[in-house]
Amino acid sequence: MGKDLIQQSFLKKQEAGEKLFIPYIMAGDGGLDILEERIDYLHQCGAAAIELGIPFSDPVADGPTIQDAGLRALNNGTSLGSVLNVLKESSERRSVPIILMTYLNPIFVYGIEKFASDCKQAGVDGVIIPDLPLEEEAIIDKLLYKNSIAFIRLAAMTSTKERVLELAKRSEGFLYAVSVTGTTGARATHEQEVKDYLRMLKQESAVPVLAGFGVSTEVQARELSSYCDGVIVGSKIVDLFHKGQLEEIKGLIQNSVKYEVNS
Amino acid sequence: MAIYTMPDATGKYGEFGGKFVPELLMPALIELEKLYEEAIQDPEFIEELNKYLAEYVGRETPLYLAENLTKKLKGAPIYLKREDLNHTGAHKINNTVGQALLTKRMGKKKVVAETGAGQHGVATATVCALLDLECVVFMGEEDIRRQRLNVFRMELLGAEVRSVSHGSGTLKDAVNEALRYWVSNVDDTHYILGSVVGPHPFPKIVRDFQSVIGNETKEQFKQKTGKLPNAVIACVGGGSNAMGMFYPFIQEESVTMYGVEAGGQGLETSKHAATLTSGSVGILHGTMTHLLQDAHGQIEEAFSISAGLDYPGVGPEHSHLHETKRVIYDSITDKEALDAFQFLSKTEGIIPALESAHAIAYAMKIAPKMSADESIVVCLSGRGDKDVEQVKSALEGK
Repeated sequence: MGKDLIQQSFLKKQEAGEKLFIPYIMAGDGGLDILEERIDYLHQCGAAAIELGIPFSDPVADGPTIQDAGLRALNNGTSLGSVLNVLKESSERRSVPIILMTYLNPIFVYGIEKFASDCKQAGVDGVIIPDLPLEEEAIIDKLLYKNSIAFIRLAAMTSTKERVLELAKRSEGFLYAVSVTGTTGARATHEQEVKDYLRMLKQESAVPVLAGFGVSTEVQARELSSYCDGVIVGSKIVDLFHKGQLEEIKGLIQNSVKYEVNS
Repeated sequence: MAIYTMPDATGKYGEFGGKFVPELLMPALIELEKLYEEAIQDPEFIEELNKYLAEYVGRETPLYLAENLTKKLKGAPIYLKREDLNHTGAHKINNTVGQALLTKRMGKKKVVAETGAGQHGVATATVCALLDLECVVFMGEEDIRRQRLNVFRMELLGAEVRSVSHGSGTLKDAVNEALRYWVSNVDDTHYILGSVVGPHPFPKIVRDFQSVIGNETKEQFKQKTGKLPNAVIACVGGGSNAMGMFYPFIQEESVTMYGVEAGGQGLETSKHAATLTSGSVGILHGTMTHLLQDAHGQIEEAFSISAGLDYPGVGPEHSHLHETKRVIYDSITDKEALDAFQFLSKTEGIIPALESAHAIAYAMKIAPKMSADESIVVCLSGRGDKDVEQVKSALEGK
């Protein structure tokens, strides 16, 4: 489990000649009782890992689609604790890596130490905290390490070279390359600047590099993946689940992971 | 008393404060911090700032002995620091002038801001008109409905007001949306935060620009009486007028300071904005501070008759001053604030902002318990013209 499970899952995909695809879903959107089913479905569709969002009342890094999904989840009574309980209950049956994406405050109020140990109990393999930059991560990094949970760092296009090197050095499991200057949500194009940025990260990072934010089509996914190891798709997946378009999800994942040579 | 040197190099006030923001914003915060520290060491910058404060804002503002109020209450004399007499009618412009000059210094041409009641939005739109900066102001849908005139004011001044319908449609959601906008436009846009909240260095920058309130008060009070006041009172939402008033007095042990939060319909109800007196510690809008939140760390809506105090967080330095007990934080209900609003209007001919009426109400409580040899300064942070319609409805029981 933990870092090792992420690494094994990634290697298996890469050995099969595939790029990595991590779908994001909001825990509790549509009810927590369908969470396991959705995770299984995404696994079957070819996800290399699942990024599971914990709803928060004030998600400053998220665009409208994920904001709405978060509100729906909160209205269902979803909390960090209830999500960890569901994950724990189904952990024996699950083999796909689970990466929690949560803002810091729900963790802080839950109790940071309890969060780290309960994540391990629940079979959580990695954690992403979008509002915790390098300067503040001492609040949790050792506790995650102690529990073998990969602490995945986010790099931004505004990051200086110095910060990118530090982020790449510290990141565990993979490095999350935020590939737009903005919040999550669909975007039309990805420009030259993004390609250069991804190439640079790929060169500097010992762990795989995945591009996320603003990726919504298989064309974008394949293009971005050609400069790094794969993509994370959030808003589009959330939207398709919300509309019940499960076949489209399968198509998007399966077409995105196809390797495309593009230098 | 040890020398007060908050914040530390990492932007912390004891355990509070910090920079809890996405990596995307970190380079901008680091740049802002560096540039700000350079600017305040630059005599030219200070000279320009002081010129605008004197000739445009209308500083210094008077420190006025409210004799009628004092006579009625029969206790310690009450002095009012008249921030309501600033251009645009509140203390908010002390900060926006400073930050707009910083924006220019950074070579940025655009400004984004959030606003609750509209006071900070108007103060931002004003300085943007003055200094030829493009201005976008985010305002909650609910607040737009409550403060239509201020929306029109901002538009008159050339700002674009964007309505925020997500969440509760109030100040906290406007901050979220302003932060998102800033994340997306950080290359050419500066975020003029309106209170001592948000990630470092904002709480420090806003405090420093607002400290003109306390510095003038100290000087004026000395000139009038040869002493320091015994008590200083200010209202606290995010806490910018309070921090500006308190900061120059922190090391003066003889001065008791009172921060007055909005008690709304009462602390026993869920309808209040008393973050320090009844909230708990958490992380919101980039800073660790006291918040109104549920058991799962979801932020709750704040409630107050005064839109300017209607914020579920508070500046991290206030949290620190609360923990160290240097400042006493207490609350005043909507009803008490409404009474003080009318009382000050009738006794002194000064209509206070509903925010400031909370501080007046608190002075009305403690003044009779103090002796005539002692003295109180109240920060009258803004004028109440913006509130008369709302007060009328409230008094008519609507």
